[in-house]
Amino acid sequence: MSLLEVSGLRVRSGDGRDLISDLSFTVDAGGRFGLIGESGSGKSLTALTIMGLLPPGMTASGSVALDVPGMGRTEIVGAGERLLNRLRGRAVSVVFQEPLTALDPLMRIGHQVAGPLRRIQGLRGRALREAVTAALEEVRLAEPGRIAKAYPHEISGGQRQRVAIAMALACRPALLIADEPTTALDVTVQAEVLALLDGLVSAHSMALLFISHDLAVVSGITDHVLILKDGVAVESGAVLDVVNGPRHPYARELVESARELDAALDRLNAPDGGTR
Amino acid sequence: MSVEQAVVGAPEEDGAKTTPRHVSRSVTLTIGCVLVGVIVIVAVVSLFWVPFAPEDTSGRRLMPPGLPHLLGTDKLGRDLLTQLMIGARIALAAGAGSVLLGGVIGISAGLAAGFATRWLDDVVSALLDILIAFPTLLLAMLVAATQAASLTSAIVAIGLAMSAIVARLTRVLVKRVLAQDFITASRTSGTSWPRVVIEHVLPNIWPTLSVNLALQFGLAVLAEASLSYLGLGAPPPNASWGRMLQEAQASVFIAPVGVIAPGVLIVVLVIGVNLIADGFRDVADPTRRRRR
Repeated sequence: MSLLEVSGLRVRSGDGRDLISDLSFTVDAGGRFGLIGESGSGKSLTALTIMGLLPPGMTASGSVALDVPGMGRTEIVGAGERLLNRLRGRAVSVVFQEPLTALDPLMRIGHQVAGPLRRIQGLRGRALREAVTAALEEVRLAEPGRIAKAYPHEISGGQRQRVAIAMALACRPALLIADEPTTALDVTVQAEVLALLDGLVSAHSMALLFISHDLAVVSGITDHVLILKDGVAVESGAVLDVVNGPRHPYARELVESARELDAALDRLNAPDGGTR
Repeated sequence: MSVEQAVVGAPEEDGAKTTPRHVSRSVTLTIGCVLVGVIVIVAVVSLFWVPFAPEDTSGRRLMPPGLPHLLGTDKLGRDLLTQLMIGARIALAAGAGSVLLGGVIGISAGLAAGFATRWLDDVVSALLDILIAFPTLLLAMLVAATQAASLTSAIVAIGLAMSAIVARLTRVLVKRVLAQDFITASRTSGTSWPRVVIEHVLPNIWPTLSVNLALQFGLAVLAEASLSYLGLGAPPPNASWGRMLQEAQASVFIAPVGVIAPGVLIVVLVIGVNLIADGFRDVADPTRRRRR
């Protein structure tokens, strides 16, 4: 059974240009799907369309259907605010690229994490405070008490992204959309955050839609990928197939550049061939 | 020995170096609060006690400071201190009344424009530009022409003129906040628009807005003084600092206190409010506070 079914999706800008054309893919319950593309390819726009949060002026056509156990099948394209608000946070939630701007600078971390818990799960008082602490502990934040009282500018980038993940996972959505969640982080922190995300998604058997420009990162965490270029899907399939036998020239380019980088690192690592 | 002391002392000096800005901010706030506080106290006292009745013209005209009239008398023989005390009340009422009126109308209109669709936003913006281009004095004369000139008519005129400025600022601030990622992020967790406004938009525009409102308070006090100077403010016997200036200017060389005293008080109140505005920004915005 597929959890998310996107078929024939087309997103058009206010001045009539096609930003995404005829995009189709499905994400199974508990499955992991990677969306790869360069900036401007429409991958973040796809995420916003699934949330029903297209910027003003843009219009979507085609179909984006969410089938969440216990909530029934819902068509997102053309759905009203009230229906969408019921799905947001509980059926689907998002982790964004830039954790500094994705957190309200004037709100304490604890208060921000508490938001969805209070609204969606109806927690209050002590139960709410405990749930916030648990959510912060779940993303391996040391000293959850101190972090909860801090403002976003008072903690590090990696910590902020963990907070964003905690917020997104707080209400156990069936589908987590991670929109370049590690791009803005240091390389060492990237690996930690990826491992964390990987572990949590498995632990709660959520589906993951992972959006990135980095084939290496996506192939490490997902089982199916779709490569977008200028709003058009150029290649899709199981990760292994795409990496081992890319058919479209753009996909081949991506795979080759990823391999080149790997090879360069291997050369440096080799005991005799290394220049340094 | 002295070198060693200097080295040992260095870390402490370093620690102290991070504080001057912080300290100077709170000093600014303190001085502002003291200046405004004194005027507020005087205004409150004037409600219960003034040295002479405001209409009491029994004193000799244009007396210099002394006893029983501590600051002397005006050209009608009224006690100057009494007039000044009552004037404090009028000045604060004018400032607070206009900021309240201008703030409520301005923030509401600005929020609406900030959220509005393109064409509605254009219409509201055009209206605001027209209103801002319209001189406050002219607006006050219009309001005063429809009703009798009074403190209320002055407040309405100043408040309306202010609301356009506040609305334009609010609109820009709202647009800027709405464009930020955390609004989208909050929406992805199912926050409805009204909640977004209460939880994210208002707190994020408040630091800038509150500073501007405090500045507007000072401007409103000045505007009321100007309107009263022109006879468009509170009518006699309610003393307004602006009208006192106007009445005393003819006799400035005989009784200078009559001009200096209300002038100094206007300046003190406006400076005090501005200092509070300046100091208040840091209190309202945690990102400007010193890192822990």
